[in-house]
Amino acid sequence: MNLTSLQLPLSELPEEPVEALTGTLPAEAAGGYFPYMWLLVALPAFGALVLLVGGKRTNAWGHLLACLLPIGSFVLACLLLAQMMGAPVEDRLVTLEMWDWTFAGMFDVPFALRLDQLSMVFVMLISGVGSLIHIYSIGYMAEDPDRRKFFAYLNLFVAAMLLLVLANNYLLLYVGWEGVGLASYLLIGFWQYKSSAAVAAKKAFVMNRVGDVGLSVAVMLMFVTFGTVTFEQVFAAAPEAGDTALNLIGLALLLAAVGKSAQFPLQAWLLDAMEGPTPVSALIHAATMVTAGVYLIVRSNAIFDLASIAVTAVLAVGIITMVAGAVIACAKDEIKKSLAGSTMSQIGYMFVAAGLGPAGYVFAIFHLLMHGMFKADLFLSAGSVMHGMKDEKNMRFYGALRKVMLVTTIAFICGFLGISGLPPFDSFFSKDDIIKAALGTNWFAGVAAIAAAGLTAFYMTRMLSMTFFGDKRWKEEADPHESPSVMTVPMLLLSVGALFGGLFFVYVGDIVGWLDPITGYQPFVLPINDTVLEIVTLVVVLTGITLAWRQYASRPVPQQPPQQVSVFTTAARNSLYDDAFNEAVFMRPGQYLTRWLVWFDNQVVDGAVRGIASKVSGAGEQVKRLQTGFARSYALLMVGGAVLIGVVFVVARWL
Amino acid sequence: MRSLLLLAAETGETGGTGEEITFWICGTLAVLGALGLIFSRKTVHSALSVAVTMINLAVLFLINEAPFLGLVQVIVYTGAVMMLFLFVLMLVGVDTSDSFIETLKGQRIAAVLLILGFGILVIAAVGTALDGMVSVGLVEANSLYGGNVEGLAQQMFTTYLLALEVVAALIITAGLGAVVLAHRERWEPKLGQPEQSVIRMERYKETGEHPGPLPTPGVLATSNAVGTPALLPDGSPSDLSIPGPLRGEIHSRIPDQPQEIAADVDEVRSIASGEETERPEILNPISGHEDPEIEEADDERGEQ
Amino acid sequence: MDPGNYIILSSILFCIGALGVLLRRNAIVVFMSVELMLNAANLAFVTFARMHGNLEGQAIAFFVMIVAAAEVVVGLAIIMTIFRTRRSVSIDEPHLLRN
Repeated sequence: MNLTSLQLPLSELPEEPVEALTGTLPAEAAGGYFPYMWLLVALPAFGALVLLVGGKRTNAWGHLLACLLPIGSFVLACLLLAQMMGAPVEDRLVTLEMWDWTFAGMFDVPFALRLDQLSMVFVMLISGVGSLIHIYSIGYMAEDPDRRKFFAYLNLFVAAMLLLVLANNYLLLYVGWEGVGLASYLLIGFWQYKSSAAVAAKKAFVMNRVGDVGLSVAVMLMFVTFGTVTFEQVFAAAPEAGDTALNLIGLALLLAAVGKSAQFPLQAWLLDAMEGPTPVSALIHAATMVTAGVYLIVRSNAIFDLASIAVTAVLAVGIITMVAGAVIACAKDEIKKSLAGSTMSQIGYMFVAAGLGPAGYVFAIFHLLMHGMFKADLFLSAGSVMHGMKDEKNMRFYGALRKVMLVTTIAFICGFLGISGLPPFDSFFSKDDIIKAALGTNWFAGVAAIAAAGLTAFYMTRMLSMTFFGDKRWKEEADPHESPSVMTVPMLLLSVGALFGGLFFVYVGDIVGWLDPITGYQPFVLPINDTVLEIVTLVVVLTGITLAWRQYASRPVPQQPPQQVSVFTTAARNSLYDDAFNEAVFMRPGQYLTRWLVWFDNQVVDGAVRGIASKVSGAGEQVKRLQTGFARSYALLMVGGAVLIGVVFVVARWL
Repeated sequence: MRSLLLLAAETGETGGTGEEITFWICGTLAVLGALGLIFSRKTVHSALSVAVTMINLAVLFLINEAPFLGLVQVIVYTGAVMMLFLFVLMLVGVDTSDSFIETLKGQRIAAVLLILGFGILVIAAVGTALDGMVSVGLVEANSLYGGNVEGLAQQMFTTYLLALEVVAALIITAGLGAVVLAHRERWEPKLGQPEQSVIRMERYKETGEHPGPLPTPGVLATSNAVGTPALLPDGSPSDLSIPGPLRGEIHSRIPDQPQEIAADVDEVRSIASGEETERPEILNPISGHEDPEIEEADDERGEQ
Repeated sequence: MDPGNYIILSSILFCIGALGVLLRRNAIVVFMSVELMLNAANLAFVTFARMHGNLEGQAIAFFVMIVAAAEVVVGLAIIMTIFRTRRSVSIDEPHLLRN
């Protein structure tokens, strides 16, 4: 759809719908670097192996090795990207068959990697942002004695995530899925001695697991419906399957995505996951792992296109989380928790986009890419602030930090611009596209998206002003200082991406054109004029910024949270009561159930067994009374038996 | 009776009336004997009742054209088996009697009911089965080999030869078994007469027990039974002089008034020593009164 | 003569014998009751022999007599042995095999 000349010239969106590609090219035939794409996964995996098995001997150089390996993956990824960009569109889907993995009767699953435009995007994101965060962690974890283990787990995570996006079938994807879940658990609970961290890790893992049930069910259903779980074959066979099967598979996949991406109703773990070290929050819970859910849905677009109920569910989940996350972010005082709420909300945007069908898939990925950059940037800056403030997390004790930590401030402001939706920065392109697509398909989604954009601006400004502007509210022992360059350089690199990523990918990269052979694209029709919409959005965003600025930058911020607040604020401070809900609905009944089961086992099951035993022995006691020891009683019994036999004979003759 | 029976046996087709009368008489007596078996208090009476039943059964065998069996019944069962029973009874104690109080609860009632039931069952079944049946009779079978005995012998030495041999072995084994069971192992050497008298003397030395033989039973003019006790010098009856089984019952057999006899003895002594001149009264031994005739005779003797 | 009568007599004698076994406590009386039952059976056999016209019933009755004699011998020997040790011939005495 073309836009009027009043706005900045935006992406040239295609005018006709585009169908998704289905043919694949074997890696050997593609040549070049493609046959080496397994190194993408193998390099970080090797790093994890060396560091974990090597143990304390590798303490001195382990972290350096661990940094080099993802960089190696990134370099290879760039080479592959170049090669892919040079190839014609039909040749861009490459499969590398590695070996026969499982074959059980009809269930034949190969260990094969698939590289296409969608995977390429993710591979670049993961290896790029991952490498930067590895470098950042050298500085951040400098004083930690377990630094080697940290890097081992980070490498493990990168390997698993790359496997997830490179898998050619759902089962291999599941392996990567579990791997990132494991890495997340290990990293959230990295400081094991802190019980809050251990509990948070357990909570994250368990809630992830609940979602993973969805993926297992989906794999099973796919096998039953299609007889295969490989992407190409499933997508080719999807139009022939029945509605119910497709909807069920779609819902199961949604459940998995919801668990991994911390969407409603499985969102409660993300805020607690901030117990982990900041690089972990930046890498896993902002840029990559939580986006795996979006990847899954977009990858399965062939199924979701045909399953209307599932798609509606995706949209609903997205809308709820988008708004809820933003509301929570507005009221949290800890900087990382606020950013976590923001992550939830932004991923909600991506789910909304994915829930719009072919009209929105590309925008979901586009926003994911942008989000990866600016959110990582924001988290790293927050980490830098915490590092400088001796791990103080509460924003009420920050204030006027721009005077001391200038580089961090700049990085944060870049991230802020990236997320806010102000032109010409990242979100102006990606978020606005989502808003437009939403309005074009479902007006409610569109309005919600606009509202969420305003809230986003509000809470981001709040964070900015509370931390870097306003008056000093530091504690006695605080001694804020700028972070070392090993930390600031990655932040600044990401800031560049946060500022100019949007422009790059629309004008230089043409993200929509790149992706739509994989996802298909459907143009949407806007009810109102493009420009008007953009202006409306801009106005909403500016309102949010102004309100927050007035509240937090102009006025003094109290060090204790004010108690006389509206019910919305109280609810938002309590994360909209999600923990309370989970406890009441799942945890306590679950505990009652287990207690009842124990009682049942003891009383009924054991009771039945004991009851049978006692009945038998009781019967034995009764029968024992027959044995009187008197020969005459026995003789009597014999006569009785003889009479009985006689009666039987007579009756038999009679009948 | 015998001729009647033999007649019945030889003609085979036993006459209706004769057989019937015999059946009813012998049958009734057999049942009465059986009832006597179970209702007698003393065991010996039971044994004798059984013997009665068996003899009657022998007669029933005879009139059922089984003369051999009837006579074998008398010889073997009544003669041998029942006598064996009686011997054992004697050894066990001929006056043992059962108390009729039932110790097992409900045994009596249950037994009566069950046996009644059983009896009714069998009689009803048999009655229905044998309704209107007439016996073929053994005339032919008996004359096949020239007589009942020969016929039976033929059966036993051809068809049932093996059974016969086995049963013979059984009887021999049973006899041996009885010998083994009744055998008393002698744990000490058998005591002969010299050893016994030594033992007796030892006992006398230690306890003062009388070493001699037990006194023989006393036989007085009042009785000549073996149950009459001998009198010790002081006039009291001696328990030891009566055979063991009769010991409890001596008190009814002693002379009535030991003091009277003692009085008589005193009188005799006094007369013999001449102290007493007055003649004692002579009483008529039969009527117990004074007899004037004897007193007169006495007076005359005295005057002479 | 109706052979059924003999059978009924045999049954009656058998039942009386069974009553004796069940109700009397003296071992020797019990034994005699068993003998009575055997005799009743013999009577039945002889009657059946006559009914069917062959001597097999009598042969069997003969065997029963022999076996009964053997049994009496051994049984009385056992009673004697028990009497020697326990000085009693009540069959209620030896009830050690109880419970």
